[in-house]
Amino acid sequence: MNELIFFVNKVLISGTIIGCIYALGAIGVTLVFGILRFANFSHADMMTVGAYIAFIFASLMPGAGALIGLPTGFVVLPLAIICLAAFAIVVDRLFYRPLRERKVRPVMLLVASLGVTLMLHGLVRLFAGTSPRSFFQDEKKDVFRFDVPFELASRDIVISEPQVLLIITSIVCIFALHWFLTHTKLGKAMRAMSDNADLALVSGINTEKIVRATWIIAGSLAAVAGTLLSLDVVLKPDLSFNLLLPIFAAAIVGGIGRPYGAIAGGLLVGFSETLAIFNWSILLRPSAEFLPEWIDIPARMAFVPTEYKIIVPFVILIAVLIWRPTGIFKGQVL
Amino acid sequence: MNIDQYRREILLFSLVGLAIVAIVAFFGQAYTLRMLAEAACYAILALGLTLQWGYAGLFNAGGMGFVAIGGFITMVVAFPVNDAFWGSEGAKALGFFLIEVAVIVLAVVGLTQIHRIGIRGKLKAVCVMVGLAAAFLFFNNELAPVAKLIETESGFIGGLGLPVLLGWILGGLAAAFVAYWIGKACLGLRADYLAIATLGIAEIIKAILKNADWLTRGTLTVSPLPWPVPTPNDIGFVAARSAYLALTAIMVAVIFVLLQRAYRAPWGRMMRAIRDNEVSAAAMGKDINLRRLQIFVLGSGLIGFGGAALISFARIFDPSGFTPLKHTFLVWVMVLVGGAGNNLGAIFGAVAVYIIWLMGEPVALLLFESVRELGSLWFDWEAPADLMTRALQARVFFVGLTITLALRFVPRGLIPERLNKIS
Repeated sequence: MNELIFFVNKVLISGTIIGCIYALGAIGVTLVFGILRFANFSHADMMTVGAYIAFIFASLMPGAGALIGLPTGFVVLPLAIICLAAFAIVVDRLFYRPLRERKVRPVMLLVASLGVTLMLHGLVRLFAGTSPRSFFQDEKKDVFRFDVPFELASRDIVISEPQVLLIITSIVCIFALHWFLTHTKLGKAMRAMSDNADLALVSGINTEKIVRATWIIAGSLAAVAGTLLSLDVVLKPDLSFNLLLPIFAAAIVGGIGRPYGAIAGGLLVGFSETLAIFNWSILLRPSAEFLPEWIDIPARMAFVPTEYKIIVPFVILIAVLIWRPTGIFKGQVL
Repeated sequence: MNIDQYRREILLFSLVGLAIVAIVAFFGQAYTLRMLAEAACYAILALGLTLQWGYAGLFNAGGMGFVAIGGFITMVVAFPVNDAFWGSEGAKALGFFLIEVAVIVLAVVGLTQIHRIGIRGKLKAVCVMVGLAAAFLFFNNELAPVAKLIETESGFIGGLGLPVLLGWILGGLAAAFVAYWIGKACLGLRADYLAIATLGIAEIIKAILKNADWLTRGTLTVSPLPWPVPTPNDIGFVAARSAYLALTAIMVAVIFVLLQRAYRAPWGRMMRAIRDNEVSAAAMGKDINLRRLQIFVLGSGLIGFGGAALISFARIFDPSGFTPLKHTFLVWVMVLVGGAGNNLGAIFGAVAVYIIWLMGEPVALLLFESVRELGSLWFDWEAPADLMTRALQARVFFVGLTITLALRFVPRGLIPERLNKIS
């Protein structure tokens, strides 16, 4: 029984957490890819910047969280969202729009996004240093333990407060986005533009407005994902550079321009990762007494050693590109 | 070709020359030679990248991975033989392991041919996937004890003690081999997908080299790597570095001439046609994916070769020392600033950007030192203790800024591609 609880803690909960983060990131990437037609390499660094903005707000008003009973980093999240959405628009004005107006090939925008990535990288390191920081310096991180009502289970199912908040916020974000895309004029225009840009232009959709909305959504989701991730683990400057590949893998698995696909892709990549690095011999160990003696269960039986975790999203990415470049939800192949 | 462009090229190159003279005066000969030798290695990287980006419009974001492969192969080929390993049980275990791997590879190749006995379509795909997964698991399980045995008995497997130049060439070939498989998967799609895939493979290669202690000593690093020319220990810094610089400069010259010829040849014209208008090139009967694969493999091979030269020069193989910034994006800046599609531009960019990159270090330190002085003088500002490391990290910002500014204001680079207009 304890082994099963270990499985729940290590795979179900961690997989959902990391899957939500990937999904939030992948939605931003897939929207930008679908509407502006380039792979935005700076998205992961936008997440880091968002987390640092939240950190600044949190340290400006310590104790704000204690009033409501939630972590301060979570309470200041709306402020961080506003700042990062505005920041995303400024970045677009400065670096992407001039290129768009010159009607360059979309891949030039990708090069520009690499430049932006490096700039954000440098800014974060310059102003915040390289040492990791924690949102929970002065506060206590609440941890919920659920006792499992079985006799054999002596361990608890453990989930921390930031993790609960992360899952709830992700679900709220996803439903809000769904409502926006299906029920508002702007959202419908965005979907139209993502499906067929020329047709959308001919039917009189204001491109710049759509682009602005795209950046606002991408920036907001990046702020949410970055802040919640750093609430769960720690805040460090290279927090999100390792996230870039899984996020792209999730977006492509789900199909470019398909926000729902991105959610499915994010969860798929997240669970594949946790399942691949999970030590399966823990689950097999109780069965040892039923097995003949000559079968030894090795101490470590993971598909992929933890150090090589990054191989998992890469393999998923390559497999999808070879067999189904449209992704599971039939997105575009640009 | 107009006179203006020649004048511009002469001006730019004389500026670089002046900078080099000034650096000799300030920092001495040995430092300048080191800088130039490294810049020559970077020029090979930039030529490889300009081949991919400038000739064919392929976006390779994984320069670091190919550099790492080149450096690793050179280390294995050229590092002196580790007798402790060859006499140990580990060598035998590794031999058995390699035989097992060969058998697995044959089995997997056999599995991909099962359509010949009537298993086709989805069923075949499932069979191949299951086979690959089983092979991977088997590989992992068998490797772990062998690796552990080698690490406890003799540290790592050591090198083969062969000539360094052979290592460089094999390093280039290994990089080309990896590029072939990446290219096969991604080149049918848009450039963005290739960028994502190369970014991923670079990180994977780094992770493997960093953690496979039995092969690379991991974080313990391997040094000193041998040189193809006499080392500073034998003939002193200035002479040894001059010899190294001469060797790499000759290589740059040879590669430059060959690439120039390829550019002017029908092959280069075809590549530019594919880059500029894929559809009409396809309509003329050109096999676009095959040609792209060709140029991607060739360019990555060059990057692997240049990376091997770069790592050899540093004399230390340190897997953690491979960073996207130094080995991928710096090369991108060189190509974009120099002028994509122009080989002379790539060489100019490599030398000029590398000089600026190195000089950026003392300049950044000086700048931040004065900021700290003034801040504490005027505002009683207490600077954070790690200000100087931050100052060095902040150079990333300027690399990024240069990329975006170059795209916006000099989209074709300082020495643009020469277009022959037929009037």
